[in-house]
Amino acid sequence: MTEHTVSTKEEEVLAKLDAFAELPDAPPKRKFRLSWVGWVSVAVVVFWLVICAIGPSIAPFHEMDMDGDDSFLPAGPGEYGYFYLGTDYLSRDTLSRILFGARNTIGISLAATLIAYLMGITLGILAAVKGGWIDMGISRVNDAILALPTIMLGLIVIAALGSSIPILIGTAAVIYATSVFRIARALGQDIMVQDYVEAAATRGEGIWWIIRAEVLPNAAMPLATDFGLRLVFVVLFISSLSFLGLGVQPPASDWGSMVRENLQGLTYGSYAAIWPALAIASFTIAINLIVDDISAKSGGSLAKKMV
Amino acid sequence: MMTRMVMQRIGIGFGTLIVVSIIVFIATSILPGDVAQIVLGQSATPETLAALRAQLGLDQPGYVRYFSWLGNMMTGDLGISKAGGATISSLIGGRLGNTLMMAGWVAVISIPISIALGLWAAMHPGTWLDRIVTFGTLSLISVPEFFIATVAVLILAVELHWLPSTAYMTGQESFWELMKALAMPLITLVIVVSAQMIRMTRAGILNVMSSPYIEMAILKGVPRGRIIMRHAFYNAIGPIVNVIALNLAYLVSGVVIVETIFAYPGLAKLMIDGVQTRDLPLVQACAMIFCGTYVVLILLADIGSILSNPRLRNPK
Repeated sequence: MTEHTVSTKEEEVLAKLDAFAELPDAPPKRKFRLSWVGWVSVAVVVFWLVICAIGPSIAPFHEMDMDGDDSFLPAGPGEYGYFYLGTDYLSRDTLSRILFGARNTIGISLAATLIAYLMGITLGILAAVKGGWIDMGISRVNDAILALPTIMLGLIVIAALGSSIPILIGTAAVIYATSVFRIARALGQDIMVQDYVEAAATRGEGIWWIIRAEVLPNAAMPLATDFGLRLVFVVLFISSLSFLGLGVQPPASDWGSMVRENLQGLTYGSYAAIWPALAIASFTIAINLIVDDISAKSGGSLAKKMV
Repeated sequence: MMTRMVMQRIGIGFGTLIVVSIIVFIATSILPGDVAQIVLGQSATPETLAALRAQLGLDQPGYVRYFSWLGNMMTGDLGISKAGGATISSLIGGRLGNTLMMAGWVAVISIPISIALGLWAAMHPGTWLDRIVTFGTLSLISVPEFFIATVAVLILAVELHWLPSTAYMTGQESFWELMKALAMPLITLVIVVSAQMIRMTRAGILNVMSSPYIEMAILKGVPRGRIIMRHAFYNAIGPIVNVIALNLAYLVSGVVIVETIFAYPGLAKLMIDGVQTRDLPLVQACAMIFCGTYVVLILLADIGSILSNPRLRNPK
């Protein structure tokens, strides 16, 4: 009997707590509820991230292994082994090059996006918190860079400095830091005028404490969603440059340059250009679908902010 | 009020152009080794280098060179290409025409298609046809332009043999031949640009649909099609004009990829060749044309949305 009363009491307390959670000024609970499309997309993204890590060790060939003189072989057994996706214009195994290329395409994009976030958030929060001429100065420079087509900026930098992996990462990071800056600044300004920030300031908390304990946690969720979108843009940017022959330089493999190299094979009925293009598409579409799913579930206001 | 806002936007646009020219100039001047060194190459001695630099005005301080470069560009003197020594204006002339022709056709084809499809999807939200349009356009905007181009080549040129896979032009073609050469790049660009425009048109209409006067019309019992055509569409014209101008601006990056993949003799192909051979005067000139067009189109989008807003047009 006693057990029963305890459990009803617990239930009562829980019910009270639940009622408290429903109060209008309590922060909304953050739940990750994805549709099945969202879960499939998560699986695709995780798959490619795993390939980034282990790709080179599970690839049947090295990315630069050439198999005799037979370029654009269809899928099937070759002189040195089985080519699951056929060979490319230099008769290298397409599957192995995709597995190796994941590291370049996704790795470079991830690095660039992370640096862009680091720069964008630091400067954005700084501008939002300090305001005044610091905000003015950073915002004007930012607007000017944002007013240009990204591919043009990339082309100008590469014309001047040549192309190497550090330059690619740096260029993409600076270009995309501008949009991160705008979002971080807007979010920071929103949060800085909230009552809880005022309360913290009245309590005598320092500016760093406020940024760390109030601003960043509240900006984290929208920024995390935006990270996905930004990563898609960076992947498209890097692979477009590679496709133009101005990104990752041969013989290193990269999905964008693989499409370029094997384009002529299309006329011989080879699909060597299609596979890497599909790899890019699967990665970027999956991320976009996840972001779409999360925004749809969180009332859609997020999606509007990010367009 | 409105005139002031428009003038303000024009001022900002002009300022952006100045900043753009500074960025382009600095970015292309920071590399070690200047044009004199490139022209003389291995045979450079300190004396000949100094002489050529003086002749080209490279011994002047940076800001002097910037203003003379800007002045020359304003007056149509775009300088001399490093490769071959032809004047850049002569290189650009015909190429610019080709690119403008393609962009024009893309606009003429994609704008009506996108507005119709966007409207249609907004009229039937949540139906499976709307879902197909939403999912399809989301997929299309998430893939690189060259993916769409590659698939188009695979289907239309390789499998069906309907169209040539490169846009080779001699300048002597009949209209029909010209259209056939243009078809592949056109199809690719129309798909790329329309996907964006459909999404934004649909979002614009749905946004208007959530306003109180639409709710009023629904409560009055006006049929949905009529609400969209009579109430929502006119109020969405502003955002839609904005969408069109923005997407024509996005064409700039699409054109770069598409001209390369189909070897179309346009301005973007010229610029990519310039980047590959590091022909900086040529890159500077092309970049200024592209960035200038982009800034002007964004400016038009801004002004369009100001002009189409009755609250700004008729201030209290």
